[in-house]
Amino acid sequence: MIEIKDLHKSYHMGSNSLHVLKGINFNVKEGELVAIMGSSGSGKSTLLNILGMLDEADSGAYFLDAIPIKNLNEKIAARYRNKFLGFIFQSFNLITYKNALDNVAMPLYYQGIKRKERSEKAMHYLEKVGLGDWATHLPNELSGGQKQRVAIARAMASEPKVLLADEPTGALDTKTSYEVMELIQGINDEGKTILIVTHEDDIAHMTKRVVNLKDGVIIDDTLVEQVRATANV
Amino acid sequence: MFSRDRWNEILEALTANWFRTILTAFGVFWGIFILVILLAAGKGLENGVKQGFGDIATNTMFMWTQVASKPYKGLPKGRRYNFKIGDVASIREQVPGLLYISPRNQLGGFGGTNNVVRGLNTGAFNVYGDYPEIIKQDPITITSGRFVNYGDIDNNRKVAVIGEGVKKELFKFGEEPIGEYIKIQGVSFMVIGTYLKKSNNGDREQGQKEIYVPFTSFSQAFNRADNVGWMAITAEDNNSITNLKKDIIDVVKTNHTIHPEDNRAVGNFDLYEEFSKINGLFVALKGVAYFVGILVLLSGIIGISNIMLIVVKERTKEIGIRRALGASPWSVRGQILLESIFLTIVSGMTGIAVSTGVIFLVNKILEGVPASEETMFANPSVNLTVVFVALLILISSGLLAGLIPAQVAIKTKPIDALRAE
Repeated sequence: MIEIKDLHKSYHMGSNSLHVLKGINFNVKEGELVAIMGSSGSGKSTLLNILGMLDEADSGAYFLDAIPIKNLNEKIAARYRNKFLGFIFQSFNLITYKNALDNVAMPLYYQGIKRKERSEKAMHYLEKVGLGDWATHLPNELSGGQKQRVAIARAMASEPKVLLADEPTGALDTKTSYEVMELIQGINDEGKTILIVTHEDDIAHMTKRVVNLKDGVIIDDTLVEQVRATANV
Repeated sequence: MFSRDRWNEILEALTANWFRTILTAFGVFWGIFILVILLAAGKGLENGVKQGFGDIATNTMFMWTQVASKPYKGLPKGRRYNFKIGDVASIREQVPGLLYISPRNQLGGFGGTNNVVRGLNTGAFNVYGDYPEIIKQDPITITSGRFVNYGDIDNNRKVAVIGEGVKKELFKFGEEPIGEYIKIQGVSFMVIGTYLKKSNNGDREQGQKEIYVPFTSFSQAFNRADNVGWMAITAEDNNSITNLKKDIIDVVKTNHTIHPEDNRAVGNFDLYEEFSKINGLFVALKGVAYFVGILVLLSGIIGISNIMLIVVKERTKEIGIRRALGASPWSVRGQILLESIFLTIVSGMTGIAVSTGVIFLVNKILEGVPASEETMFANPSVNLTVVFVALLILISSGLLAGLIPAQVAIKTKPIDALRAE
C-alpha cells in the first residue's frame, strides 16, 4: 500500500540546515497497523507529514497504492489527501464552530457529495464511533475522548486507503487512550491500513508492527504480538 | 460555487463573531451612506437652484439695442437705432435652428409711475406687447380666461392678460376681472385672462404685477410704429443659442448698417451661457461628492481588508485542517473572497437602503414646508444609475478587500497552518 525508497528531508533555518530524514526505506502492506516510534527530533512527525502529502521530501520515491506521489501542486495534493488519506491529530483539530456531524461531513463536502448523502454517511460513521447521540454537539461540548472519536469518524468518512494518526492519544488520559486505541484496532480489524506515530510504548504494542526511528533512520522494524486494548482497561 | 453549502460556510464564518462582523460592516455601510447622501444633497441643491430659473426656456437669449460705437458707411458713432418688426422675419430667414423669436415692447418698469387705472384704483405695472409664443419661453400659468392669441394679433384687439398681483390691486376681492376694462396710459383694454408666474429668483411678487397685451395693438395704442424694444430668442433643443448668437447679431447689424466689428451696438444676455455655468458648477459638485464618498468608502474597504487579514490569521489552523481534509487552494481562496464580497455587499446595500430612507424622510419634510422663493433646496434624490454604480463599486471593492487576505490564506503550507496555535 505504501512504498518508500531512500527518502531524504532537510529543513533550512537561515544558514543552518537540519537533515531530518536520512534515507528511509519502508513498506506497508494493506491491512497493516503500524506504529512509528522515536524520541522527539527523530523525524517521525516529518515522515508522517510526507506520507500525508502535507510536506514534500527533498529526494526519494513515494508510492501510495502504486501511484507515484511527486511534484504535486497544491490542487492535486488536496485531491489526493481527500481521496486517499484520513488524518487523526493529537489536538483533534476539529472545527470549533461546526457540530460533530458537520465536522465528520467536511471531507465529503470537499468531495462534492450532495448534502443529504453526506449527512447520512457522516451519521453512519459517527454512530460507528458511538457518538450518534452527540451529532448536534459542538466540539467544546465534548470530552477529549469524544473529540478524538469524532476526529476518527471524520478521517474514516471519506473512505481513505490509509489512516494517518499523529500521536492520537497524546492529549488523552490512559483510560480514554485505550478506548481510542480499541476503536482504532476495530477499524484495523475491518481491513483498513493504519499508521500511528507515537512515543508511548503501551500504545505502540497495541499495533501489529513497530518501526523505530532514531536520528532520521530506521533502527528497528519488528512485527509484534498485538495487545488488545480491551485487555488493559 | 454558489451552492447552499458554500453559503452556509460563509454565514457560519461571519456569524462566529457577530460584534466584529458588524463593526467591520459599518465601515462600508458608512462609506456608501456618505456617498449617496452627498450625491443626493448635491442633486437637491441643483434642483433648488434650477427651480429658481422657474420654467423659463433656458436655451434662450435676450437682445436689445444700444448705441453704435463705431462710425460705419458714413453714419456717425453714437447713433441710436431701433429694432424693426422686419428684423424678426430676416432673422428667421437667415438663421436656421431657432424655435421662437419673440419681439417685445414694454411700458413702465421698475420704479415707474402709475400707468394703469380702473375706476378709483391705480397701479404701476409692467406692460408688455407680446406675441403668443412668449408664453412658451417665459411660461406663466393661466388661472382664468386665456392668453393672447394670433386672432388678437391680426385684429389689433385691445385685450390684456393680467397677473394675479394686478388683479389684487385693481379689483375688489372676489370680483371677476374677465370682460372688465382697464385703462393703460389712457387707452382701454379688456381683460381676457389672469395668470400666476412661478417663483423666479426673489422676484416672485414682481412677477405677478405684469400685463400682457397683443404686440400689434400695443404698437398702435402707444405709437411704437414698427419699432421693437427687445427680443427673446429661443433655439431648438439640439442647437445651443450660444452658438447661434453671433449669426443672429450679424443679421441685425447688416439690417441696421452697423460696423461688423462693433461689439457694443447690440446688447444681449445669453441665458443658456449662464445656465451652462451653473450646470458646470453642479457637475463639479457631483465630482466632489463622488471623490469624498469614494474615499470614505475606501477607508471602509481597507477596514474590511484588515479584518479579513486578522480573520485569516486567526483561522490559519482551521484553513490548515480544511486543506488536510482536501480543500483545494481555490476553494479556500473562493471562501475568503466570497466572505469579503458578501460582507461588503450586505453592508453596502444596507447603507444604500438607509441613506435612501433618510432622503425619503427629508423629502417628506420638505413637502410639508410651503414652497417659498428663498428655498435653495428641493427634492434631493439619487437615480438608479448611481445605485448601480455604487453596487459595482461595492462588488469590485469587496473583491479587492478579499484579494490580499485570500492570497495570505493559501500561501501558508498546510503543515505550517496546522502547527499554528
